[in-house]
Amino acid sequence: MTRPPSDVRPPAGPGGSSWEHFPHGADVGVRGRGATRAAAFAQAALALAAVTTDPARVRPHGSIEITCEAPDDDLLLLDWLNALIYEAATRHWVFGAFEVGITGGRLRARAFGEPIDLARHEPAVEVKGATPTGLRVAREADGRWVAECIVDV
Amino acid sequence: MDTRSLVRRSAVEWEIPPTGAMRVPGVLYGSEALVRDMDEKVGEQVCNVAMLPGIVRASYAMPDAHWGYGFPIGGVAAFDPDRGGVISAGGVGFDISCGVRTLLTGLQATDLEPVKTSLADRLFRHIPAGVGSSGRIHLHGDQMDAMLAGGARWAVERGWGRAEDLTRIEEGGCMAGAQPTEVSERARTRQADEMGTLGSGNHYLEVQRVTTVFDEAVASLYGLRPDEVVVSIHCGSRGLGHQIGTEFLRRMLVEAPRHGLALPDRELACAPIHSATGAAYLGAMRAGINCALANRQILTHLVREVFADVLPRADLALLYDVSHNTCKLEEHEVDGRRTRLFVHRKGATRAFGPGHPSVPAAIRDGGQPVLIGGSMGTASYVLAGTAAGEARSFSSSCHGAGRQMSRHEALRQFQGRSVITGLAARGILIRSASTRGVAEEAPGAYKDVTAVVEAAHEAGLSRLVARLEPVICVKG
Repeated sequence: MTRPPSDVRPPAGPGGSSWEHFPHGADVGVRGRGATRAAAFAQAALALAAVTTDPARVRPHGSIEITCEAPDDDLLLLDWLNALIYEAATRHWVFGAFEVGITGGRLRARAFGEPIDLARHEPAVEVKGATPTGLRVAREADGRWVAECIVDV
Repeated sequence: MDTRSLVRRSAVEWEIPPTGAMRVPGVLYGSEALVRDMDEKVGEQVCNVAMLPGIVRASYAMPDAHWGYGFPIGGVAAFDPDRGGVISAGGVGFDISCGVRTLLTGLQATDLEPVKTSLADRLFRHIPAGVGSSGRIHLHGDQMDAMLAGGARWAVERGWGRAEDLTRIEEGGCMAGAQPTEVSERARTRQADEMGTLGSGNHYLEVQRVTTVFDEAVASLYGLRPDEVVVSIHCGSRGLGHQIGTEFLRRMLVEAPRHGLALPDRELACAPIHSATGAAYLGAMRAGINCALANRQILTHLVREVFADVLPRADLALLYDVSHNTCKLEEHEVDGRRTRLFVHRKGATRAFGPGHPSVPAAIRDGGQPVLIGGSMGTASYVLAGTAAGEARSFSSSCHGAGRQMSRHEALRQFQGRSVITGLAARGILIRSASTRGVAEEAPGAYKDVTAVVEAAHEAGLSRLVARLEPVICVKG
């Protein structure tokens, strides 16, 4: 049976953390919000994971560490999402939770997940890459950070 | 898109006159309804591409154009390397050389009926498809290098195909100028288990029936007859192409200021063709083209294995193989002289006209086959390149229906199981590992492919040859 759309996201978490997909003609927009840059990046990663499967269905059986460094916030988000896409593709994993720390232009994170289980995860589509289209990391009027871009599927 | 801002040149040709930093006009092909349905972003992206250095003649959008990244999908633009021309990873896309190949079978549609279900099941079991699937071929080191340099020729030499297949593939099945040394270890790792896999999203394998022939002479030349069965495969360069796109998009983004490129938008990241990064991308991208050609060749072999068991009378000869996401060095006429140009086609099909030396000799008089993919429940089309297409779009045409609905919206409107049941009632068998994937790819999420090909025909970009309708679809 088809699952409900995974972009029906949970209510905002502590500090107003949340994620969502936003429409794009052929591809998908991923957007994360949080009290800090790191929280927004973690939420954007959840939005990315949800393109393939419902993150709530992913058991955190294992974790991997990811580090990235970039000259600005936009490129750091691009690198972070592309690192996750690479790890998911080469390990045949799905991810469902993330811990992110950012210091200056350096990101250090842990992604929790497990090998793909076709029956349980019902993966819809693989993500080819995060694009510079709609790429934005910024602090909004309410003080929260937003991190977003279009990903190619 | 608001058509009031466009200058209408004909029923299916619309111009955006150059303003501001645009070096050439924008030209959109499509009926009024198709152009009106295009996102405003398509117009913006056509104009942005028109601002890039070295662009010649015009920045084009095909009738199936939609909002892409940097370039629109369905975008065509040619750059003169001797006039500061650039090459853009975003102008090719992540799925380098994603394309379609169509195989003839010599079978009648009635031959399929007794074995249709078992054929669908066997194809689904034999062709690795969907998220996380792995192929049976695992490549590393020298073998990977050989594949990246040899393309479909490499695959045929290893027994995955027939020598005559190569004559029916663009570039004879092997893209010259590939430089495997420019392909990173990460790209190779991403591809190691993915040779001979279909992928996911809009990729598919379809068994189809020829339902209409529009041009009997060309259809006959191509081997297409009413009620006969063909097989079409839509996929690309898999993880390797995605990783090449990812890495060079970033590199071009970071280096653009160093090359003195004032870009209207960061997403247009590119590099001069005459630069180290431009040359490196060309070498890597051409290796990506070879990966896609090898992948479709291996999939062809797998399809032939299934047919040999289920319908041994079938003879699966390759009609043609086209690539959609490429940048190729071609000679075209500009200002009255033949000029070597780097032609970007992103979600567009090369469409050389009758007599062009790159079209296989056996079908040269008909022009290059242009294979237009469908969307499970809708038709696919075979068109032929035209002589007029050279002046209209650097010999380029559309590539598919194009989405009219986001995946987000498709998930809200369709249920995968219902889509499968509904298509089965129409005699179309769907096999997919993911019902959610089927919902996202529901036929209703796509534009009317018939309107797209009719516009391409009317605009003279390519002309209608035959209509194909799906019988079995293995969905990635």
